[in-house]
Amino acid sequence: MSTHVNEVTQRQSDGGVAQARGRTAETAMRAPADVYEDQEGLTLVADMPGVSRERLDVRVDGDKLLLEGSVQFELPEQAEAVYADVRSTLYRRSFVLSRELDSAQIKATLKDGVLTVRIPKRAELRPRKIQVKGS
Amino acid sequence: MFGRLTSLQNSLVEDFWRLHQELDEMLGDGLSSSGAIRSSPRGSFPAINVIQTPAEVQVFVFAPGVDPKKLDVSIQQGLLTISGERQIPVQEQASYYRQERFGGEFRRAISLADEVDPERVDATYRDGILRVRLQRREAARPRQIEIR
Repeated sequence: MSTHVNEVTQRQSDGGVAQARGRTAETAMRAPADVYEDQEGLTLVADMPGVSRERLDVRVDGDKLLLEGSVQFELPEQAEAVYADVRSTLYRRSFVLSRELDSAQIKATLKDGVLTVRIPKRAELRPRKIQVKGS
Repeated sequence: MFGRLTSLQNSLVEDFWRLHQELDEMLGDGLSSSGAIRSSPRGSFPAINVIQTPAEVQVFVFAPGVDPKKLDVSIQQGLLTISGERQIPVQEQASYYRQERFGGEFRRAISLADEVDPERVDATYRDGILRVRLQRREAARPRQIEIR
C-alpha cells in the first residue's frame, strides 16, 4: 500500500513539473458514490472502473477517510486517442468521519470496479431502543 | 515495463485532454452533445474511450458492477452498440444520504464507419471495464506509399 501512495505522490509531483513546462497535469476524477446508514453503521459504495486491488488505497487520516485508485489501461503501442469521456487515470474521494464511527473497524471490498466500504458505529454508541414502560 | 506503460498512459491522457480542448473549441461542448445523432450527453453512463492503432480500434466502456452476462455488444453496418443493465440493490432498512451511482438500463452507440471487420471482434470485462477490440480492415489501414 505504501508503495502505491508513493507512486501517487510521485505522479502528482511529475504533474507539477509537467504543468511548469506548460503541459496539462492530471486531475483526479470524483468517483460517484452512494452512502447509506443502518443501525450498525454506514456503507459507502463508489464506482472506480479500471481500478484493481493493487492500485486501490483506502485510508483513514485523522477524521478523514480517503479513497484513491488508479486505472491501468493495457494499451497497445502506437495507440492514438480518438474519443474520450474519461480523461484521467486517477480517482479520488474523501469524506469526514464523525466521532461515533469506529474507524479502526473499517472494511473495504472491491469487485468489478465497485468499492464498498463498511464503517461500523462504535458498539457503545449504537442507538439503543429505550423501552417505554407502562405505568 | 511499468515505466513505459505509465509514460504511455500519461501521454495518452494528455492526448485525450488536448483532443477534448480542441473539440470544445470547435464544437462548443465537444462530441458528447453535438455532432453524431446517436451521441449521449456528457456524464452519461457508461463513459467511453476509443483509441486506435494502425491495426485495430479499441473501445473502453467504463461499466463497473455490471454482470457481464447482462452486457450486449453488437456491431451492424459499422455501428457498435453497447447496451445492458446495472442493478443497484436498494437497502430497504437503510437511510440514504447520497445516491450518485447510475442504476438501470443503458445504451451507447459508436459509429466506426466501414473501417472495422465485424467478424473479428473480441470483448473482455475486467475490473469494471469492458474492452472491445476490433480489427481494422486492410483497406482502412494507413499505408506507406513507396516512391519509385
